[in-house]
Order: sequence, then C-alpha cells, then structure tokens
Amino acid sequence: MDLISLSALDLTLAALLVVALAGLTIWARMGLGRSLLIAGARTVIQLLLIGLVLQTLFDHAHLGWVALMALVMVSIAGYEVMARQQRRFAGLWGYGIGAVTMFVSAFAVTVLALTTMVGPSPWWEPQYAIPLLGMLLGNTMTGIALGLDRLTQTVWRERRTIEARLALGSGWSEAVATMRREAARSGLMPTINAMAAAGIVSLPGMMTGQILAGAPPVEAVKYQILIMFLITAGTGFGTLGAVWFASRRLFDTRERLRLDRLKPGRHT
Amino acid sequence: MDRLLDVRQLKTAQLGPLDLAVQPGELVQVTGASGAGKSLLLRALADLDPSTGEVMLNGEARDAMLPVQWRRRVAYVSAETAWWGERVDEHLPADFSREAALHLLKQVALPEASLGWEVERLSSGEKQRLGLVRALLNRPRVLLLDEPTANLDLENTKRIERAVRAYLAEEEAAALWVSHDTLQRQRLGGRILTIRDGQLEANAWT
Repeated sequence: MDLISLSALDLTLAALLVVALAGLTIWARMGLGRSLLIAGARTVIQLLLIGLVLQTLFDHAHLGWVALMALVMVSIAGYEVMARQQRRFAGLWGYGIGAVTMFVSAFAVTVLALTTMVGPSPWWEPQYAIPLLGMLLGNTMTGIALGLDRLTQTVWRERRTIEARLALGSGWSEAVATMRREAARSGLMPTINAMAAAGIVSLPGMMTGQILAGAPPVEAVKYQILIMFLITAGTGFGTLGAVWFASRRLFDTRERLRLDRLKPGRHT
Repeated sequence: MDRLLDVRQLKTAQLGPLDLAVQPGELVQVTGASGAGKSLLLRALADLDPSTGEVMLNGEARDAMLPVQWRRRVAYVSAETAWWGERVDEHLPADFSREAALHLLKQVALPEASLGWEVERLSSGEKQRLGLVRALLNRPRVLLLDEPTANLDLENTKRIERAVRAYLAEEEAAALWVSHDTLQRQRLGGRILTIRDGQLEANAWT
C-alpha cells in the first residue's frame, strides 16, 4: 500500500488551524478557547500514547496482552456510560448494568466477527481485534448511554403514571413499556441514521481511512459494510439488554417502582 | 367479628409499627397534619412502598398474593389521576364488564359515551370521577382513597362520596379515606384514624 507518511510539520500545520480557531474564540470572548486548546492537547497526547501501545502490542502479539487491552477498553467504556447518566443507579449497579451489557454484546460480536467473518490467523491478531473492538465499543457505549439516560429520565418524569398503572393492577413490565420503547429507540436511532446516511451524506471514517491508506475503494466498502452491520448488532443487542435490565432494576420483587435505587439527578 | 383487612405491625421507613383492622362495608377516615404519613399508610397498604409486617385481606396474606392481584383487590386512588392513553377506555382493565361500567358511570353521573372521550378534554371533575370508575372496575375489596375529591367543587365531591358509599354497600367492600375537609368528614362519618408522626394516635379498633 502506498501510504504517504505525515511529517511533524504536516501535523503542526493542522494544529495551527485549531490554535487559530481558539484565538478567534478568545478574541470574541466566547469562552471556548481554553476548552479547545486542552481538548487539542489531549488528542495529541492520548493518540500518541495509544499509537505506542498498539505498536508494542503488534510487535509482541500474545493473546494475554490482547485480552488485557480489551479489558482495559471495556472498563473505560463502562465508566463513560456511567458518567453520561444524569440519574444513574446507586452503588455497583450504576457501573454494572452498562459495563456488563456492553462487555457481553461488544465482545460477543467482535469474537464472532473475528472467528467467522474476517478470519485472521490467529483469530485474536491484534491488528484486527483491537480496532474492531474499539469501533464496536465506541458505538455500543453511545447507544447504551443514550438508552439508559432516556430510560431513567422518562421513568422519573412519568413516575406518577407508572404508579397509577401499578395501582390499577398492571405488571411492572406493562407499566414501564412505553418508556422502555422510547429508551431503546433513542439508543438505536444514531446507528440506524448512520446506516441510512452511509455513503450519501457521510463517508464513514473507517472506509475513508482505508482509502487514504491506499486500499481499493471496493475493498474498503466491503469492510465498511461489515463494520456497520456489526456495530448495529452490537449496539442494538447491548442497548436492548441494558434497557431491559435497567427497567427491571427500577422495580423490586413486589413490582414496586423503586426510584430510591437511582442517585439524585445532576444539574449540568 | 370478621375482618376484611387486617394489619399487624406494619412498618415502613417513616411509618409505624401500627395495627389496624377494617370490617366489610366499613368506611374509615384517615386524618392528620400534612406530612404525618396518611398517604404513606395508604401507599404501604397498596404495596406501592416497601413495608414489613403482616397485611391480610380476608385472611389471605399479602405476600402470598401476586402484587398485581393484590393491587387489584386493594386499590389506591390518588388525588390527581394519571392518564397515559388518548381515550378514556384505553385506561380500563382489559376484561372489564360493560354492564358494570354503565352502572358505575350512572352513579357518578356520566354518560356511557364518556368512555370514548378524549383525555385531553376532560375537566378535573370528570377525570376524578372516571378515575374512580376505572379503579372500581377491578372490583377491589378495599379502596384506598387519597384525597379523591381535592380541588373538586361540591357537586362533584358529593357525586364521588355517593358512588363510593354505594359501592361499599353493594360489594361489602371497605374504604380508607384521607380527607382534609371538615364538612366532608362530617358527611362521611364512621371511624376516624388520626395519624401523627407516622403513628396511629387514636385507634378505635375493636
């Protein structure tokens, strides 16, 4: 593949664009300059570090190291899911529901894809396994976070309706069905939109990257289709699972609505 | 004497422990300062809030019954009814009898057509009356009425009082009624339970 290597100067020029933007926002007193510069610096440091980590991982390919890397990625994604909840479950559940469903769905889909579709040898070949898992986790994380956030918010807002339905003799599942549907929808919509707009409105990042790296467009497209389907499946199963478990957790064994299991809302 | 509702050592985070027994056909008034725990008592009895202790309906223990069955038999009606569908009849039990519905509607002075009304256009009096009908269609044995006539005019208030009285008499059911209105309390009569700081103050139970 004929990849044009980027020099430090190339990156510096690109960085200058961000600095210029930050300068403009500071001049206009928009209060964004600091955030822009810090986020830009984080991009550089984080990506350089992960580049080094991946390089080392590729050079010393071993299932144990790949598994450790994967575990670290899932734990961080689990934390991200929790941090994005306005009203999250108290205690371990706040972390657990998102992390476990994400772990199960993203891992299952990644392993399935590696062993049956992509088929590198060995199947955990880090060059394939890590980027694939990364893309799946990134999207599943967003889906689960959106779904859970919507669920807890609507249940909180509609608590009177839910209790009225319970009082009239509905089961917990029926009483919360509308909110659960809405939560699943809001978790899955970004993925569905991405599939619908792929290639027309947007050129997906992974495909663009492969083409830039010199891969024939048709090959890049095939990979992109595979990835999109995997992402949809991973996000979908993960979101549905998380929303279901969370909605169950909002009720106890006597089917009472237990909002005391949520932490008080944060005002952001 | 046979007891319809028998409560022993009922305790929640803010309530009790308290004992209480209600006979078939009886209307018991629950009074007390706001925040004393009147609603909490009703919610605990309806099993909407966690509680410990023994609650029996006709000698059957609450915990031996499915929550869904319990709440159909021990029905909680709040001051503000909640509606989630577009039309009134979307809020009725799936297996309700048309005959029973007509009978109940007549008692609260609403036409049969009201079942097809849009929820958006209901007045607060209509909402409260239809909310009572909706709860009674489950044929509950005990009614837990949490200020069911708050914010209603006298005419609608009296309609609800009459409908509850008639239901208790016809079905040999019982009601616990939380009310703040002294005139209403005189109209309703019966035993009065006063709650203070989560405890029964003057329990006239026999």
